[in-house]
Amino acid sequence: MKLTTTLMASTALVVAAGSAFADGHAKMADSMTVVSWGGAYQKSQQNAYTIPYKEMHDGLEVVWDESSAEAVAKLRAMDEAGSVTWDVVDVVAADALRLCDEGLAIEIDPEKDLAAAPDGTSAEEDFGELLVGDCFIPQIVYSTTFGYRTDMVAEGVDPPSQICDVFDLEKYPGKRSLEKRPINNVEWALLCDGVAKEDVYDVLATEEGQQQALDKLATIKDDVIWWSAGADTPQLLADGEVFMGSTYNGRLFAAIEEQKQPIGMMWDAQVFDLDGWIIPANLPEDRLHRAMDFVKFATDTQRLADQAKYISYGPARASSAPLVGQHAELGIDMAPHMPTDPNNAANTFLYNYEFWADYRDDIDAKFQAWLAQ
Amino acid sequence: MSDATQTGPVLAADGSPLKRSLARTLRRQKLRALLLISPLLVFVLVTFIVPIVSMLFRSVENQIVAHTLPQTVEALQDWNPDAGEPPSEAVFEALYFDMFKAAEAKRHTQVGNRLNYEQPGLSSMFRGTGRDLDDIGEEFEDVFVGIDPAFKTSEFWFELLSGEGGESFLDDRRALYAAMLGESMRGDVGFLPSAEMVSLLPATSAAYTDFAIWTAIEKEDVVAEERPWEAVYAGLGVDLRSPEVVAEIGSYSGPGADILKAAVASRDQLPQASFQEMFAESDEDWLDVEGWRTMSLYSPDYTTGYFLNSVDLQKTIDGVEARPETQQIYIKLFIRTLYMSLIITGACILLGYPVAWILANLPLRTANVLMILVLLPFWTSLLVRTSAWKVLLQQQGVINEILVWLGFVADDGRLVLMNNATGTIIAMTHILLPFMILPLYSVMKTIPPSYLRAAKSLGATNWTAFWRVYFPQSVPGIGAGSILVFILAIGYYITPEIVGGTDGVFISNRIAYHISSSLNWGLAAALGTILLLVVLALYWLYDQIVGIDNVKLGG
Repeated sequence: MKLTTTLMASTALVVAAGSAFADGHAKMADSMTVVSWGGAYQKSQQNAYTIPYKEMHDGLEVVWDESSAEAVAKLRAMDEAGSVTWDVVDVVAADALRLCDEGLAIEIDPEKDLAAAPDGTSAEEDFGELLVGDCFIPQIVYSTTFGYRTDMVAEGVDPPSQICDVFDLEKYPGKRSLEKRPINNVEWALLCDGVAKEDVYDVLATEEGQQQALDKLATIKDDVIWWSAGADTPQLLADGEVFMGSTYNGRLFAAIEEQKQPIGMMWDAQVFDLDGWIIPANLPEDRLHRAMDFVKFATDTQRLADQAKYISYGPARASSAPLVGQHAELGIDMAPHMPTDPNNAANTFLYNYEFWADYRDDIDAKFQAWLAQ
Repeated sequence: MSDATQTGPVLAADGSPLKRSLARTLRRQKLRALLLISPLLVFVLVTFIVPIVSMLFRSVENQIVAHTLPQTVEALQDWNPDAGEPPSEAVFEALYFDMFKAAEAKRHTQVGNRLNYEQPGLSSMFRGTGRDLDDIGEEFEDVFVGIDPAFKTSEFWFELLSGEGGESFLDDRRALYAAMLGESMRGDVGFLPSAEMVSLLPATSAAYTDFAIWTAIEKEDVVAEERPWEAVYAGLGVDLRSPEVVAEIGSYSGPGADILKAAVASRDQLPQASFQEMFAESDEDWLDVEGWRTMSLYSPDYTTGYFLNSVDLQKTIDGVEARPETQQIYIKLFIRTLYMSLIITGACILLGYPVAWILANLPLRTANVLMILVLLPFWTSLLVRTSAWKVLLQQQGVINEILVWLGFVADDGRLVLMNNATGTIIAMTHILLPFMILPLYSVMKTIPPSYLRAAKSLGATNWTAFWRVYFPQSVPGIGAGSILVFILAIGYYITPEIVGGTDGVFISNRIAYHISSSLNWGLAAALGTILLLVVLALYWLYDQIVGIDNVKLGG
């Protein structure tokens, strides 16, 4: 008991001393824990966001945590334990929506909390419809799409260019890798089973529609390797284990342009999804100020455009798009590699957040039961 | 010497009875021993037992519905789910005020998510309607403010509704809040409801008191200075729909009486739509009976629903029934987990026994070198070992390449060694092998080699000597190794996830999914509890058949 009191008292002293030093920074914490996905993506964030931010704020310590994949579960556990150790968390939009639903993320007012574009366009307009939910601060647009081995296409056959080529085992024999979850796969299956694009979610909301999608997937089930980590498909492609597979476009870009693998992109029916920041609820005041300040900086027009120098994900602001330049190391133009480039975006889907928030558990249960059959 | 013949109790040196004195010393010793282990005991209790028990408790806990929507759940008691009609206006009215309060605290979406596990669609229904609740209240607010601008001011409401005698009412509302938020909500509200108003305008008083508690305790603002929630206007609208209230207001003469009477006079301007209609306008699924059946099924504080789900059953209003075949998965996974763990344990015995025998019978120096080889993979990260198996097992991998090179398999007929049950069994057998070898080795080490020699000199063949003399003595090692390997295997998760594909995954993979992806912790807890019980049952069975005393981890 006595030890705890002493410990607490000395901690309080240290904190008090720390905050005395930080007076110039308007009560902002000196250390910040940023949660992201690791790998090339986190590196692009460090280059574009935290390195310049640290130059502006002397003595700031940034700690990285690579837990974004389990962010929702971990934040919930932290909240229940009453001590949230994260300050800024990078999550996909669907997770941001759930964190917001659970009251684990704070609500954001784009007008007040986010920077306006250089030409004065308000943040709300600049991000437009990408502001999903009340807590989500969009950062990039990425897409889930297909890559294929260019050297495994049979002679005299055109390389695959349509989403339905995935289901065409005669023309394109070989294994495919698909994500081990229903999202995206069932949409593609329905599209290739004659359902019109605008009807896909209406059909999926019915039992028959879900069965229809699974039946279509069943036609290639024996030739599918199911992946659960984004790095799986590029690896499977590089090893020649699969002929084609779905994954995030940035991963394919890295395999094609950085590792020079014989892989081609197939952009048809790519599914757009968003990734961005949330700030956990119930942060102490100084950490909250720091997090808000950082997020405002990291999502301004220039910073989002800067990130595209390091990875082929599209900046979430309309005003950032014209500023996208060349890859920082390879020196190639990044624009044609962006999922949002008009040449790539002829036929796209946007992840349907509302639908999947409702049906995710139900369809997943059926999907998993179907997989186990 | 006469002492020896005395008939009373034997006395200790200090004169107290020896028996008591002995007992006291023993007790003191026990206490001291307990004190010595108490840091560990407390540590295990706090960091291990308590979290596990509280996690397992979630498998039956379901208080979120009744705690977030208390008045709705109560009003729903009178509803007949079999009648095929959506509930009465009273339920929707209660739902409006419950949900408004929950939406302010951002709790309504949690209930939506909870119920969505049972019926898809409820999540967006709660989220969407949560956004419309303000609009419903504003329709009332606009009319009241049009009748008298005083309705816009914070002072009017505060004066109208505060007074004396409302302590118990305040405490009741506070208790509801405390249950919803799991916090005490104690503290000075700075507002005391007037008992007269509570009986005159019950809905208004309830909504305003909730607003006051939230404002004072959670937002730490001054109640008298804040404009009330839209729900308070809706509350007054609801109260004015009752003819008795209208009649009683006629004889009311307290603060704000004139304004109240003016509102009564113009009450036909107020929105006339029922709450049922307003909810239906927000989302027509509120009229869907299935959704209400789910809500009423999952309104009690404790539920068997999670356990039923984990054995492929489901709760319906007609009782328990099997899930549709397209959704049955858990029983299959449980059986697969047990069956594959048994195969892995068997494979470990077959591979581990000879290795342990060699280790036990080699000179110490050589045995130690070999022992390091056994332990080396043990010191490598699990993830690295599993990924290494990926490189070996895949179709373009090392094993297949060698087989093709040697001509054993054709190039287009490469073996499928991973992303299926085979992959899981191979990789897990390798990973768990040290857990079999070590107990076997330590038991075999204690078997004197002279027994074998004695058997042989008495005329036994090699086989008889082994089977009748050596093997029975090594059984305790097999038992210990099997228990270790089997129990570890049954809870394995990373290896099946990486090399298991679809038919090589275990129940733990589903538990992990529900913990980290679907956030259905109740179902995860139920699955975990069942897994724990299965292991305990098998342990008991093992004890009955082999006897746990026959298990030796060493010497």
